[in-house]
Amino acid sequence: MRTTRFVVPAAAGVLVVAGLTGCGGGDDSDAKAGGPIAVKATDSACEVDSTEIEAGQVTFKVTNSGSKVNEFYVYAAGDRVMGEVENIAPGLSRELRVELPAGTYETACKPGMSGRGIRGALKVSGTVATVAPDAALGQATASYQRYVQSQTAALLTRTEEFVAAVKANDVARAKDLYPVARTYWERIEPVAESFGDLDPKIDGREEVVEEGMQFTGFHRIEKDLWTTGDISKDGAIADQLLVDVKAIVAKANAEKLTPLQLANGAKALLDEVASGKITGEEERYSHTDLWDFNANLEGSKAAIAALRPALEQRSPDLVKQLDTEFAAVEAALGKHRAGDGWKLHTQLSKAELKELSDSINALAEPISKVAAVVAR
Amino acid sequence: MSEPSTDEPTRGTGVSRRRAITLAGAGVAGVAGVAVGAGALLGGGDQASATETAAGAVPFHGEHQAGITTPAQDRLHFVAFDVITKDRARLVALLQEWTAAAARMTAGKDAGVIGAVDGVPEAPPDDTGEALGLPPSQLTITVGFGPTLFRDAQGRDRFGIADKRPAALADLPHFAGDALKPELSGGDICVQACANDPQVAVHAIRNLARIGMGVVSVRWSQLGFGRTSSTSRGQATARNLFGFKDGTANLKAEDADLLREQLWAQPGDGADWMTGGSYLVTRKIRMLVETWDRSPLAEQEMIVGRTKGSGAPLGKRAEFDEPDFAAKGDDGEPVIAETAHVRLAHPDQNDGARLLRRGYNFVDGSDGLGRLDAGLFFIAYQRDPRRQFVPIQTRLARNDAMNEYLRHVSSGLFACPPGVRDAADWWGRALFS
Repeated sequence: MRTTRFVVPAAAGVLVVAGLTGCGGGDDSDAKAGGPIAVKATDSACEVDSTEIEAGQVTFKVTNSGSKVNEFYVYAAGDRVMGEVENIAPGLSRELRVELPAGTYETACKPGMSGRGIRGALKVSGTVATVAPDAALGQATASYQRYVQSQTAALLTRTEEFVAAVKANDVARAKDLYPVARTYWERIEPVAESFGDLDPKIDGREEVVEEGMQFTGFHRIEKDLWTTGDISKDGAIADQLLVDVKAIVAKANAEKLTPLQLANGAKALLDEVASGKITGEEERYSHTDLWDFNANLEGSKAAIAALRPALEQRSPDLVKQLDTEFAAVEAALGKHRAGDGWKLHTQLSKAELKELSDSINALAEPISKVAAVVAR
Repeated sequence: MSEPSTDEPTRGTGVSRRRAITLAGAGVAGVAGVAVGAGALLGGGDQASATETAAGAVPFHGEHQAGITTPAQDRLHFVAFDVITKDRARLVALLQEWTAAAARMTAGKDAGVIGAVDGVPEAPPDDTGEALGLPPSQLTITVGFGPTLFRDAQGRDRFGIADKRPAALADLPHFAGDALKPELSGGDICVQACANDPQVAVHAIRNLARIGMGVVSVRWSQLGFGRTSSTSRGQATARNLFGFKDGTANLKAEDADLLREQLWAQPGDGADWMTGGSYLVTRKIRMLVETWDRSPLAEQEMIVGRTKGSGAPLGKRAEFDEPDFAAKGDDGEPVIAETAHVRLAHPDQNDGARLLRRGYNFVDGSDGLGRLDAGLFFIAYQRDPRRQFVPIQTRLARNDAMNEYLRHVSSGLFACPPGVRDAADWWGRALFS
């Protein structure tokens, strides 16, 4: 919820490198000849047709023949997302087009969208050059832009499903979909928050509402779902939520972010965890705070990963520290998985919450140093 | 403890140790201006004299209650009581007892006429004793009446004073982002004790609470340290827990005209018994210091609208330079952001409305998650909250970039009557007579 934190301090007068490489989404290139690489995803396997390929524009065609919603990623070192498709429903196929320079990568399917996924090695050889030092920051923003686009696409689909369940008065389904739809919101929360007028309408908690204003959005429906269980009158609120989400998706996709904003966004996401999720404040009715926690963490990691080539050049020790601390938080959080999702906040003891809080602080402190490295 | 210690110098003299100290050079207790150093204090403007009198007494009697424009002391113990009796006479008797005890304690004496160590061995002392040997420490005790004293939640006129409720004591609205805890908010009567020694402030509240047993019940209380505002030009501007100077543009005791206009209720304001009094708003504002501490310096300064070092408004050089809200930077953006705290809170942006703030830092230990349970206990006095605190806080709640790092968890509103004139006067006399 609340105000913009993805802000570049006006006084800092720092670099603006956004858009150096354009959107880089891959839709502007006809790429190489040859058919797409088939990926067979199931609930327990992730079969990639070719694991040694030529550098350049690569297309994957991911078919989900499992029973769970799946995701497919191509990661560079440090889980830097080179490309991804989200929200592949059972029975569906979706394409991923991605520009891959020579190097070693990992592919991953994430059935149920959970965990590190089912990983496989991918070797890319050829002549497409690696990034020149000064271009690394520009690539970072292009890379993160792609991430935002993939997240917003899934946010929209999942919100549509959630809204449909609410309007169908299907309480059980709406409860299941609620934390899932929010995952995509929480991963890019700082981007969404920078649109101050829409954020409170979509994600505002009850207390943000001033006298005379209406309490709307995810948390209003959350309250009805988990307190009275009566959502029969929430149709209009659900419709409005979808309208607002569509508006924010359009704005988020048009937004050009700077590397400094990525750095601050990565920190802001952890601050969200430290101030709102760890306390159970955010999801006070559903207690699905750990879903948000994980999504914030993933979003933070994606922003740092986008900056990784630049950080490797400028401060390799910091990168090592971040890798260590990200792994530590993931391990601490991983203890609280429940199926494809997460335990409720209320199911954790004070000591377990304290452990999570400590691990978030241990990560957030070095992450707060990233902005200075990027700015220099 | 029944055996008197032979090296207790005050034992058997009939004068407590506190008394022995404070009566030196003074005549009768409780007369305005009598206390050591008080004259120097009222002179204001002289930091050296303020330091010298840090341990002295602030006069209790006067036109206004002490503890409002009194140069802000370093420590606070604030308490809000619920009145638990239905008997108006008992309440009135308590207010009279409290007034007498407060007059004694602010002069550096024991709460009761007998004292902590001079009574009969079989009786509990009428002072709790932890301030024995301590100087007055500029203790001030200030009282206010909450809206619920006039009418309860069911609308009942509790003590026959409902028609005397001032219009300015209008319930505060719900501000955007308020996360108030009812058990930490409101109250029928508040008592603010400020001193330069925490033990002296705590002693004062503890003894008043004890005197009030059966008539009032403590609803919530708050300890504070490190004043976060200066209320006198003789004081340097203090820093809050964000590390920034706070209260640079505060109303000061020396601004006589402004105080009449902005601080003291005037004849004709609508409640005669409040003339010379002031309205008090308290807010307990938790600061999320861990996340603040890892935000970049430039972002912190942008949020506040001042530099962290000197406290100068952004774009200016010195702390007391006037902020230029129209100035634009090279990028065409305002030098002081639209969402900067200093812009939104400034009188120029609020129809000239100002507050006299005398808030305190608080740290209530940690919260079990390893986070400091810390922040600002905001205290503001004013002539009419409807024209001062409410519009200012409405703007801040909507737009202040600092909100990201704040949680308002407690709120209080009280009408603080004018000063106790003399030994025959008492807190609330004009209200209950």
